[in-house]
Amino acid sequence: MRWVGRPLPRYEDPVLLQGHGRYSADLAQGARFLRFVRSPIARGRILTVNAPPETPMITAAALGDVKPICPRLDRPDCVAVAQPILASERVIYVGEPIAAVISDTAADAEDLAERVTVEINPETPVVTLDQALAPSAPLVHEAAAQNTLIDARFETAGVVVAFTSADQVVEFTFTSGRQAAMPLEARGAVAAFDTASGRVTLSASTQMPHLLRTGIADALGIAESELRVIAPEVGGGFGQKMALIPEYVAAVWAARHFACTVAWIEDRLENLTASFHARDQRLHLRGAFDADGRLLAIDADILCNVGAYSNFPATCGVEPLMALADMPGPYQLTEYRARARAIATNTCPMAPYRGVSRPVITAAMERLMDCAAARLGLDALEIRRRNLTAEFPHTSVTGVVHDPGSYREAMEAAAQVIDIAQFRTRQQTARSEGCWLGLGMSVFAERTGPGTPAFAARRMVMTPGFERVELVIDPSGFLEARIGSSPHGQGLKTTLAQLVADETGIAPRDIRVVAGDTDRTPYGWGTFASRSLVIAGGACKLAGTKLRERLQAVASQVLEAAASDIEINDGRAFVRGTDLSIEVRQLARAAYHQSHRFPAIAETGLSAVATYDPYGTFSNACHIAIVAADGATGQVTIERFVIVEDAGQLINPMIVEGQIHGGVAQGIANALYERVVYDDAGNPLTGSLSDYLVPTMAEIPKLEIQHLVTPTDASVTGAKGVGEGGTIGAPAAVLNAVSDALAPFGVGIFEMPITPQRVLHLLREAERKAQ
Amino acid sequence: MSEKQDVTFTVNGDKRTIRVEPRRSLADALREDCGLTGTHLGCEHGVCGACTVLVDDQPVRSCLMFAVQADGARVRTVEGLAAGGKLHPLQQAFWDHHGLQCGFCTPGFLMLAAGILERDPNIAEPELREALSANLCRCTGYQNILKSVLAAAFEMRR
Amino acid sequence: MKPVSFRYFAPRSVDEAIDLLAEHGEEGKILAGGQSLVPAMNFRLARPASLIDINRIDALDYVREDGGQLRIGALARHARFETPVARGVLAAFLPRVARHIGHLPIRCRGTFCGSIAHADPASEWCLVATTLNAELAIMSRRGRRNVRPNEYFAGALTTTLQPDELLAEIRLGLLDDSWRTGFAEFSRRAGDYALAMAAAVLRLEDGRIVDARLGVGGAADRPSRIAAAEALLTGSDGGPDIVREAGNIAAEAIEPLEDIHASTVYRRDLVRAMVRRALNQALTR
Repeated sequence: MRWVGRPLPRYEDPVLLQGHGRYSADLAQGARFLRFVRSPIARGRILTVNAPPETPMITAAALGDVKPICPRLDRPDCVAVAQPILASERVIYVGEPIAAVISDTAADAEDLAERVTVEINPETPVVTLDQALAPSAPLVHEAAAQNTLIDARFETAGVVVAFTSADQVVEFTFTSGRQAAMPLEARGAVAAFDTASGRVTLSASTQMPHLLRTGIADALGIAESELRVIAPEVGGGFGQKMALIPEYVAAVWAARHFACTVAWIEDRLENLTASFHARDQRLHLRGAFDADGRLLAIDADILCNVGAYSNFPATCGVEPLMALADMPGPYQLTEYRARARAIATNTCPMAPYRGVSRPVITAAMERLMDCAAARLGLDALEIRRRNLTAEFPHTSVTGVVHDPGSYREAMEAAAQVIDIAQFRTRQQTARSEGCWLGLGMSVFAERTGPGTPAFAARRMVMTPGFERVELVIDPSGFLEARIGSSPHGQGLKTTLAQLVADETGIAPRDIRVVAGDTDRTPYGWGTFASRSLVIAGGACKLAGTKLRERLQAVASQVLEAAASDIEINDGRAFVRGTDLSIEVRQLARAAYHQSHRFPAIAETGLSAVATYDPYGTFSNACHIAIVAADGATGQVTIERFVIVEDAGQLINPMIVEGQIHGGVAQGIANALYERVVYDDAGNPLTGSLSDYLVPTMAEIPKLEIQHLVTPTDASVTGAKGVGEGGTIGAPAAVLNAVSDALAPFGVGIFEMPITPQRVLHLLREAERKAQ
Repeated sequence: MSEKQDVTFTVNGDKRTIRVEPRRSLADALREDCGLTGTHLGCEHGVCGACTVLVDDQPVRSCLMFAVQADGARVRTVEGLAAGGKLHPLQQAFWDHHGLQCGFCTPGFLMLAAGILERDPNIAEPELREALSANLCRCTGYQNILKSVLAAAFEMRR
Repeated sequence: MKPVSFRYFAPRSVDEAIDLLAEHGEEGKILAGGQSLVPAMNFRLARPASLIDINRIDALDYVREDGGQLRIGALARHARFETPVARGVLAAFLPRVARHIGHLPIRCRGTFCGSIAHADPASEWCLVATTLNAELAIMSRRGRRNVRPNEYFAGALTTTLQPDELLAEIRLGLLDDSWRTGFAEFSRRAGDYALAMAAAVLRLEDGRIVDARLGVGGAADRPSRIAAAEALLTGSDGGPDIVREAGNIAAEAIEPLEDIHASTVYRRDLVRAMVRRALNQALTR
């Protein structure tokens, strides 16, 4: 019985389906509620913070020597900035926490917070990239000249020559609106002080419990053992919950200070305006092509508006440095010049969001390919055929190593599924009737499961990467897999059970995966960067092999056969070629309670530990979208969306497809709907879900998925990550499709989201130009 | 603070009396006064639908109703869907078809779908898609939610 | 996102309700469906000291035909209009409009009269009331009065309803089968507030339009009839050129709102498109 590859229904589900899942807010019964007083001003000097007498208020002064959050990169081109837990001198974005009040109910705490008066001397903020980069721009941080927190450069020797010798140079500016990850559960935590042990247990809606413990302990100057961090059920994260935040530090401080249980449950307004944003980027891209459509060189100027502070541990380098390193994607390229900057502004800070930069750079690169194809009279497939890498491992111009993938094959397969020739005929007919259809594609690489080498290359002071797994069989024969990763919707408890089952011969139903508890699991980095299945899964496989050998040793003793003749399947150990067998649970009982019989496992018992730290592996996919654009309203409707995905060995195809579905939906949201908007004074205008337009079922079309499987040895399980690909590839396909639809008007799209209003505006402009 | 009032209502078949401030939303009352935390709060302004429950058989946003308004009403929440240790066909279909990931929107979707199918057991796919667009999900891209509800509707008609 | 405290009253009769309004109206609010008021309260943008909940006044829960009118009581919820509630062309027209209002759970609570009382520029019912020149029946301890939409809507979320008054009933004139209707709305997502919408109600005789009512909503601070377009349509055959021109007239006639979703220019574009669609819908049947 092999478990890997089966669409096993998830073990996570029955509890969630019956409303018994416990999310952070569900643990707040009996807690006192913390409410933050936040800055209503984007930039200014705090003059006074006052509350009526007897108000239980926490200010920066009360926090004393609690340290600020100060993420660092080990790079000379980077300026580190410190984020206070509570602002005391200056505020630098709307929503910045200034004080906190505490009361018995959330409503009462909100009443109290309203009674705190904050006097701020307002100053002119910098909100946009242009404002921040203006020669005399006010500085968000004194230490960061020109508001530049990171200024990274890369250049190969022959860039200038390549551009001079090019047949075609395609050049444009591509902008991405600011977006919010918008997990359906906002952030929140319950910090419970235990009088007996003096410890605090923090149950927080986080993707990285161990890192959160490190960060909070460091800020408070306490030993990590003073603190237990639990990630209970977490209602989505998408990157927004992989950062240390002032609110959690304050909550733990308050629990210790007042010796009680303190809850902070973020509301949606706070989440949309004062948690984290992403993707506020502008790229100026130049591509040099020869007459055959071969890409000779790229010159990229990458600007990322990273808001007011840097996030811990990913830092504000996560977007610019990812863009710098991964811009060439799966294309063969020898000459590359790039400058990538992180620019501070008086807006909500930036954190990683599903895809990190790649939705934007992929959209820009894929627009570049389509523009070059149009110039050269090639079709979209042909120009990509001539440039996609087909030799593996492929080392990119920036030194990123791509393991085997199926870039061209995925593209050809997707083109076949959607039948491009047939579409072109339909498109012609539709155009003659005033109906604007378009087809667009994207081909891309998704870096998944990056280990410490990948993050060290970014020169991070803290290099995430490894994962450790402990497998322990208890005396009753059940297996517990303790992982440092921290899944929150990805179904990892099911997929890891499938992997461990195949290695150990113990059925998944007898395997319990334990995650999200620093007291119960080995130190690990959490769930982000499409890493958990690759890295924690790899560690599970490695540990599973060791554990199987230990079970075989015990079985060989009991069944009096050679260990190499023992086969374990579905909870039973067999002697190959005989009818001798014994249940694993009997072996477990014996291993614990008659341990003197098994000297071979005296050291470990029936347990195994393994650590896995791979370089990383690349998934790939091709997305093709067909859209219809309404010339009267500018409305874009997606008619078809095809995905051909290569995620290597599929552990659980049902879960893989679920990841693709969700990723593509967020990509479509990025392409057509979602945008965080600020006014000139730095006030966020998208503080509700009526204004921040998360698509509903009516806006997301049916998604058609096909799989390719390219074997790789870059991942011990053969599995590649698949968490972000949907989000990375979808915007590019949609934007190319909209551009194709509007091609008769000479309109091309170089921005996301492309809203109906913008579509109509571009059409009107094109009409005016034509006249 | 204004005076607390008694509210007597039926929740998942059980008669309960709670004492709440008038400003207590039905959602908060279910979660905090009845201990039924399966009803989730995703936005508290009526857009996301995570707090959807059935009040007198109608799907409503429980964040937009005050508990005092539910006095005398019959309220059903996700905790009451399964009966006699057996999952409701909607719950079973969501499990079978991977209709959930993080699970936060799931109770709201289940109750919305229950309300829709009780109103119209034969609802056609386009109308169902439209009706289910009432709630937001951030994980599934809605693909398997639609599939699950269609499967449950089929099962419930049999 | 919890509202400020308030006093709560749940009258059982209309008399009781208007007495409470007389007493608390200045700092109080009627609570009907609550689908607009409660979000505003949760954001603490609305902070009424008292809520007068009319949901327990059974006498207000009706939709009935009476003397050539459709009478809609203050507790008639949107969902009730998803299926035909009147004879004549309103039978199909009202459900077509109702489906655009929010989503099912919103429609199960929100009320027709509540929408009119709230006067959101993007309200479908406000547009319907304006286009059909509804009669609005208003009660207070001072007495009863009836007003028409043109003397009622005073701006975005602003009406001539006084703090002590209850909007008790809306009356729509029934339309027989000589009338044709059309309704078109543009919103970013399913169920979102309209960025622009249009309602066309035309009476045809022998292929000519003899009476035209054209309303536009969502685009300006209040719904409005487009008199110049109605004049153009009346007496015409409603051909493509007429329809196109009616759209142009409407687009120029309004004073568009501007917000993060739509500029004034875009709103005019949308009005042009929605008017044409609503007219085409009414004319092609």
